[in-house]
Amino acid sequence: MSVTTAAPRPRQHAAPHARGNTLTGTGTLIRFILRRDRVRLPIWIGAIVLSVVGSLPTFPETYPTAADRQARADLLDNPATIALTGPAYGKDDYTYGAMTANELLSFLAIAVALMSILLMIRHTRTEEETGRTELLRAGVLGRHAGTTAAIIVVGGANIVIGLLLAVLMPAALDELSASGSLLFGAATAAVGLVFTGVAALTAQITEHARAASGMAAAVLGLAFVLRAIGDVGAEALSWLSPIGWAQRTKVYVDDRWWPLLIAAAVTVGLIAVAFALTSRRDVGAGLVQPKPGPARAGARLSSPLGLAIRLQRGNLIGWTVGLFVFGLGYGGLASSIEEFVNDNSSIADMLEQGTGQTIIQAFMALIIQLMALLAAAYAVIAVTRLRTEETAGRAEPVLATAVGKVRFAVSHVAIALGGSLLLVVVGGLGLGISAALTLEDASVLGQFFGAAMAHTVAIWFVAAVAVALVGLAPRALPAAWVVVTYGVVVGMLGGFFQFPDWVTNLSPFDAAATLPGGELGTTALVIMGVLAVALVVFGLLGFRRRDLTTT
Amino acid sequence: MTTAIDVAGVVKTFGQVRALDGLDLQVSTGEVHGFLGPNGAGKSTTIRVLLGLLRADSGTAQMLGGDPWNDAVALHRRLAYVPGDVNLWPNLSGGEAIDLLGRLRGGLDEKRRKTLLERFDLDPTKKGRTYSKGNRQKVALVAALASDVELLILDEPTAGLDPLMEAVFTECIDEWKDDGKTVLLSSHILAEVEKLCDKVSIIRAGKIVESGTLAELRHLTRTSILAETFRPATGLDTLPGVHDLVVEDHRVNFDVDTEKLDGALRHLAEFGIQTLTSQPPTLEELFMRHYGDELAAEQAAAEAGAST
Repeated sequence: MSVTTAAPRPRQHAAPHARGNTLTGTGTLIRFILRRDRVRLPIWIGAIVLSVVGSLPTFPETYPTAADRQARADLLDNPATIALTGPAYGKDDYTYGAMTANELLSFLAIAVALMSILLMIRHTRTEEETGRTELLRAGVLGRHAGTTAAIIVVGGANIVIGLLLAVLMPAALDELSASGSLLFGAATAAVGLVFTGVAALTAQITEHARAASGMAAAVLGLAFVLRAIGDVGAEALSWLSPIGWAQRTKVYVDDRWWPLLIAAAVTVGLIAVAFALTSRRDVGAGLVQPKPGPARAGARLSSPLGLAIRLQRGNLIGWTVGLFVFGLGYGGLASSIEEFVNDNSSIADMLEQGTGQTIIQAFMALIIQLMALLAAAYAVIAVTRLRTEETAGRAEPVLATAVGKVRFAVSHVAIALGGSLLLVVVGGLGLGISAALTLEDASVLGQFFGAAMAHTVAIWFVAAVAVALVGLAPRALPAAWVVVTYGVVVGMLGGFFQFPDWVTNLSPFDAAATLPGGELGTTALVIMGVLAVALVVFGLLGFRRRDLTTT
Repeated sequence: MTTAIDVAGVVKTFGQVRALDGLDLQVSTGEVHGFLGPNGAGKSTTIRVLLGLLRADSGTAQMLGGDPWNDAVALHRRLAYVPGDVNLWPNLSGGEAIDLLGRLRGGLDEKRRKTLLERFDLDPTKKGRTYSKGNRQKVALVAALASDVELLILDEPTAGLDPLMEAVFTECIDEWKDDGKTVLLSSHILAEVEKLCDKVSIIRAGKIVESGTLAELRHLTRTSILAETFRPATGLDTLPGVHDLVVEDHRVNFDVDTEKLDGALRHLAEFGIQTLTSQPPTLEELFMRHYGDELAAEQAAAEAGAST
């Protein structure tokens, strides 16, 4: 079979003058990574840059006058929104610049951080785990060349994003200054660079790529939560968060460059530690040595479902803890919001959004929707595991036993559905419990928990899309992320962008978006439910019908 | 004698590539059948069609009296499979993988599991990630051989084993054969097939080119003769079935089609045989002839292409 790999053409080796140099071969590896990611990198960079630059022209349409902008600024000045997006700088004179920074910077920071984590692990620990690094390191290649090449490419991608933003943002919206846009680009790139360093470090710690990305993502989650708690109250905490540093440049308002020095210093520090760890460890090994396992399998490891649980439980436990903590943290903000409303009763009236929700309910609805989106992201990851087992050749020996393809697929689908349900249950409970405690009102527990549960159908619908793709168009599986991303953009940024109704309604997560307090879109739920069942059935039938992907 | 595997005219394409091109394969119950071919000839694809992991485009396949695609689950209870490239779960120990695969098939023989672990000298507590290629293969072999099934399907099972373990493997297959069970053994190692197999099918470019017992196949090959005669031998070049004749005074050296051996020796005897060395045909020769021709033809074509 003719599978052409992305091998670079042979070039002259830099061997003669490279004795003892741990960076030998970095240049070749950089070209190699660029060749492998010649589609992936432009997609990441393009999607991130265009999402910002493309949205800028809508600002003057949605908020044409200074009074419109001021009304939006007043909305921001409450603990709920601050906890979600960050401190609102420049509210007194709410320019388009201040608006850009307040509304977009935190989401952009998360996007570049995710890009950096995923790309870094892909080119470091994943390569090592699959054994390809061993092959390369046996050639003329320095010990640090792999990590360095990945850092240069991923760091470079962040810098390209920053430069493109700096150039294109003033072009897209005249009111944005060139110097401010340069700082905005730099702040974005700085967050990406910090997480490039974080991922470089986590890639050294564990043998498994999945665990390495998980650890780096946990750091990102922590950065987000620290900043949220810090911005609402104890500001010192925000100074511990890379996202906090970017926001504290007060870009387009005060244009302070110095907070980015912290990011630069931390990045250098992280990379230095990662390099030191690379020097100390063996190729393929992590810092934690693997322990011997049991000689016999436990009773639960006797069925495809038992195997799927065993393979996915570590990941699910991590997500469950994460969502519970997330729920507890944001639920705890309820009292701050209540105090704020009591102090500003006139504003509370203004905040009525036509959905019959109080400000606390509107805020919690947004948080619950975010938790539902996270649970949906988990579901896509869990379904993807089915595909990974297939392409890694581990499904083959199982399917050669008395296990049918449908039963095999169902076991992973069950984890995706059951696991994502567990996540909303735990997240909803965390949010409800901590809100009920801080508000000293037990009734909110049921209210918030119920609102979280109302998203179950939407989450399962996303999982069903992924299942259908695995069965019918396995190569297109990453397209399932489009649904999640669409939900994030519409759900989280919709309040600002004021999308047309049909755009909002198209998101699976819109049906329960106004809970607690609002009305549930039952028709949408029924349609999604029927579609979800059909998609799962077609996906499973497709999986049974098609050839197993083999190597 | 019943037929364990009966494949007729199976075609399987992957896009433009025709991996199986009208493949026929018969394996009788109780025989060890060697499935011989170079890399990329279609051995693994055939096996995956038999396992119901790939669906044939056309042709018929029967295994243990059932349809490999539609009756996959029921059939798999009665067979065990060792893939050519064993991929284990990184965080499961070898012992867990053996138990899991055995249980999914419907249980394994505890006593055999224990003795096989000893015979193959395998540590079952190591995690899948830390096993070498040979040890991963041993995990799959133990899981397969410890099960109580009628048919073993082995895809290049000794590729990563050291000679000691290969000997253990040979013993195990011999015992398996003594129990009257069937084995389909794909390989490109000729010595292994000669040692273990009753019958051999040779696959080239998705087609079976030769099939039969070793004796039958040997019949198709040439025996190499080196002889010294009292008088210089003449007239050998006119005999049918004689190839590559070299005559040096009293010495002759030639290959003869095995079925024409008798005539050639009678002719030679007329000149008075002083010494005689004959080399029996090996499977290797047969193999080389099939692929050697192809190689030579390809080379000629490539040279012709290069010169234009």
